[in-house]
Parts: sequence; C-alpha cells; structure tokens
Amino acid sequence: MQLNKFKLSSIIEWGTLVGTTLIVCFFLVVILLEIVSKGAGSISWEFISSVPKEGMTKGGILTPIIGTVLITLITALFSIPFGVCCAIYLNEYAENNWLTRIIRAAIRNLSGVPSIIYGLFGLALFVQTLQLGTSLLAAGLTLGLLSLPYIITTTEEALMQIPNSTREAALAVGATKFETIKDVVIPSAVPGILTGVVLTLSRAAGETAPILFTGAAFYISDTNGYINQEFMALPYHLYMLSTQHQSIDEVRPIAYGTALILILVVFLLNLSAFYIRYKFRKNEN
Amino acid sequence: MKYKVRISLDIVFQYIFKATGLLVLCLLGGILALLIYNSFSFFAAVKPLDFITGMEWNPTAKTPAYGMLPLILSTTLVTFGAMLIAIPLGIGTAAFISEYAGTRLKNILKPAIEMLAAVPSVVIGFLGIVVVSPGLADMAGLPNGLNALNGAILLAVMALPTIITIAEDAIHAVPKTYKEASYGVGATKWQTLRKVIIPAAAPGIISAIMLGVGRAIGETMTVLMATGNAALIPSGFFDSVKTMTATIAIEMGEVPYQTTHYYGLYALATVLFFMTLIANLVGEYFINRLRKYHAA
Repeated sequence: MQLNKFKLSSIIEWGTLVGTTLIVCFFLVVILLEIVSKGAGSISWEFISSVPKEGMTKGGILTPIIGTVLITLITALFSIPFGVCCAIYLNEYAENNWLTRIIRAAIRNLSGVPSIIYGLFGLALFVQTLQLGTSLLAAGLTLGLLSLPYIITTTEEALMQIPNSTREAALAVGATKFETIKDVVIPSAVPGILTGVVLTLSRAAGETAPILFTGAAFYISDTNGYINQEFMALPYHLYMLSTQHQSIDEVRPIAYGTALILILVVFLLNLSAFYIRYKFRKNEN
Repeated sequence: MKYKVRISLDIVFQYIFKATGLLVLCLLGGILALLIYNSFSFFAAVKPLDFITGMEWNPTAKTPAYGMLPLILSTTLVTFGAMLIAIPLGIGTAAFISEYAGTRLKNILKPAIEMLAAVPSVVIGFLGIVVVSPGLADMAGLPNGLNALNGAILLAVMALPTIITIAEDAIHAVPKTYKEASYGVGATKWQTLRKVIIPAAAPGIISAIMLGVGRAIGETMTVLMATGNAALIPSGFFDSVKTMTATIAIEMGEVPYQTTHYYGLYALATVLFFMTLIANLVGEYFINRLRKYHAA
C-alpha cells in the first residue's frame, strides 16, 4: 500500500513536468500547423513573383519581399561594422574601469528597450531631425539601432572564445595590436560572429513596431526600391492584411501565405546560423 | 609597410574602436534625452498628477483627456495574465529539460524552444486573430475574443522561451553536490527538485521571470492586433484593453507633430521605458546574486 501511494505520487509529479513541456510544444505545433496547412495553398511561384493587385485581394507579395530584403541589407550594413567595432573595443582594448562598466550597462539596457521606443527614436532622429523622411533608409537605420546590442553581445562572445595565446603569438612576431586583431583574431572569430549576425538579422526582418512610423507603407505601386522612399515589408503587410483591410475574408489566404513566407525566411536564417555553428564546432575537433 | 605607418594606423584604429563604444553610450543617452525632453513639453500642458491618476484617455475629444491609468492597468492586466500562464509552464519545462530529459530529448527540445522564440510577433498576433480569439469567443459566448485574455495567452507564448532558457540555465547551474546530499538522506527526485534545486536556483528563476515580464510589458504588435484596443479601465480578462505600447503604435501614425497629444505619446513611452528598465534591472540583480552565490 505504501509502495503504491509512492508510485502514484511519482507518476503525478513526473506527469506535471512532462505536461508543462507538452503544452509548450503544443503551442509550437499549433503555430506551425496552422500557418503551414492554411498558408501552403496560397504559395506558388506566381505568389512570390507578382505584385499585389486589385486592392491587395489578388496577386502576390513581391513588393513586400523586396522591401524586407532591402531593409535587412541596410540594417546589416549599418549594425555589423558598428557592432563589431564596439565589441572589439570592449573585448580587446577596454580596461575594467567605470567607463567600460557604464558602456556594458548601456548595452544590456538597450537590449531591453521595447521595440516601439526604437520606433519613436527613429522617427525623431532619422525622419525628423536628419530629414530622411519616412523612408527605407530611416526604417533600416532604426532597425540597425535595435540590432546593435545583440550584434555587440554575440560578437564579444565570439571574440572571447579566441584564446589569449593566439594574440600573444601574433604580438610576439612583431604585429601591432590592430594587425593582430585584423589578421588573427577576427578571421578565427568569423564563424561565431556570423552566427550572431544571422540570428540578429532574422529577428530584425520580422520586426514590425520600429518600422510603423519610420517608413513602412500600406501599398507601393512599383517594385523598384529607392532608399529615400516608403516601402512595403512582409511583417507590416501581414499586420495590414489582418487588421486594417476592409474585405478581411478575401485577403485571408494572402495573409496566411505572407505569414508562411515570413516564418520560412526567419527559420531558414535560423537554420543557417545553426549550420554555421555546427560546422565550426566540427572543424574544431 | 613602414613601421611608422603601421604604428599610426594602430593608434587611429584604437580611437575608432573606442569611439564606437562611446557612440553606444550616446545611443542610450539619446533615447533617454529624447523621451524626457518631449515629456517635459507634455507636462508643461498637462499636470503630471492628472496624467498618472487620470481615469480617461481620450486625446481627440473636444476637451482632451490625458489620463494614463486605463492604459497602465491594461498593460498590467495583460502582463499579469501572461505571467500566470507562462511562469508555471516555463519553470516546469525548464525543470523537465534540465533534470528529467535525456540528452537526445534535450537536443530536440532546446532548438524547438529557440524556434518558438524566432516566430515574429506579428505572426503570433495574426494567430491571435484567426485562432485564439475565435476559440475564446466560442468558449465564453462573446461576440469576439479580442480581449485581455487573448493578449495574455499570446504574450505567454512569447515570454516562454525567455523564461525557459534562463530558468533552465539556473537549474542546470545548481551544484551536483546539493542533489547528491539530498538523495543521500533519502529524498526522492521530486522532493529534491522542490526542496533543494528550485530554492537554490531561485535567484535565476526570479530573474527569468522578470526578464519575461520586461518582454511582455514592451511587446507591441501582438497586443495591438489581439486585445481589441478599447481605452477603458478594464474590469476583467474578458474586457477589451488598450495597452501603452498599442496606444503609441495606433496614435503616433495619426497625430500632428508637436501637439500636446504628440508629446503625450512620448510621455507614455517614458513611463513604458522606466517600467521595462525596472523589470530588467531587477532581473539582472538576481542573475548577479546567483553568480555570487555560486562563487561563495
């Protein structure tokens, strides 16, 4: 009897933990099943390669795809050099003094700032003060600022993995500190940096709040992306189709298709990051 | 290259690297300055006390009302609901992954949770509209399910990866000797988990929760799409709510520059900034405590 009670309670206990885990997995399965099963029907080559037509009730999503690619490029061009340089400063140059501690605290806090506040900051700085207007450039720079703390943190982690003996060897044969960083440290940290960069960009590509008032548009008629013009983006397109469009039922299939493409883009970027990490680890052994 | 050139290049780049570090500082300072500067312009027109305790948010009325209480209560209600769902699920899952799952299962579960974290917020919001909200409406017999509960469920899904990852790290970091000591005196696995491992990992778990709270307070698109956006004092989870982030997102697009309403949205953002800052600082405090605790 004693034994049975013991058995029963351990089953309940084990079940509780397995249950919570299963619920979490259930969330993921529901998200994927819903989007894939209802979005797959909308996906075709034509869907990806044609522009939205007839008030977006027909046609494809070429314009938002181009916009998302371009804005991610601008984000990358801005945040990678800036972020990598800052990480180099923190890991290779900075001493442990009050200034470094404040910079580190600033980076940690920046990564906790809500994305909508980055949107407000981008609106005030890029759109109004620097007179870029609501444009691809202003939105890209805003997303760049948002990505910065993540790029810095992941790059610094990658730099930390490089053993000090490597640096000392380069310095010992007469290389300057900058040459050591440029020719020895950075090349061996590239896989780690790249992993962080790809993960960060996949996040930026899915962000909506920061581009709401800095340049995303409901509808743009041509597919040529100019950096001083408004643009369409996949996440904003999905938001508009699901909340701001009059004929909700007509655009639902397009919304599902857009959601599927968006998830595919983000997951593919994530997978490539895992692949880089995996390959790097394998080479090490 | 000549030695002199190499040395001067070295010095130039040293300054460039340092400058980028300082620019990051400027970025945070800039965000803070912008928020506070615009808030001051707002408080020149509206008394701070009226702003904080006002029961009505209606900036476009004939006599505009700038009370942020309904918005703060909405944000609090949705965040609280999200945590009610996410905390038990998160800690349970973290404990399962860390203590019960085998290596192979762990290698499946961890990437799955990272995948959950990668789903863009606008997609979660979309699912809130097409799946969760009709489901809630059916269950509760409401005309639509765009309410605080809908937002809370979706935010819980979004906060879960943060909570699970950090709590799992904390549980994993509890020294093996603690467990062995507990098993040694005849405790079961569950007793060890509840009475030894979870208390020992408590600082890390609290920090996981606080960082989850920070995420939930600052999340915009999901609540914007899924909570109905009615700026009233909510009386329960089945009411439509308008959170602070959603208010900024909706109204900033339409408001004329440099009006009281425009500045009011920045004042709202300032409050939001400090709310998330406090949540994140508390989270960080506990992470540091965990570190010290294990160093000792």
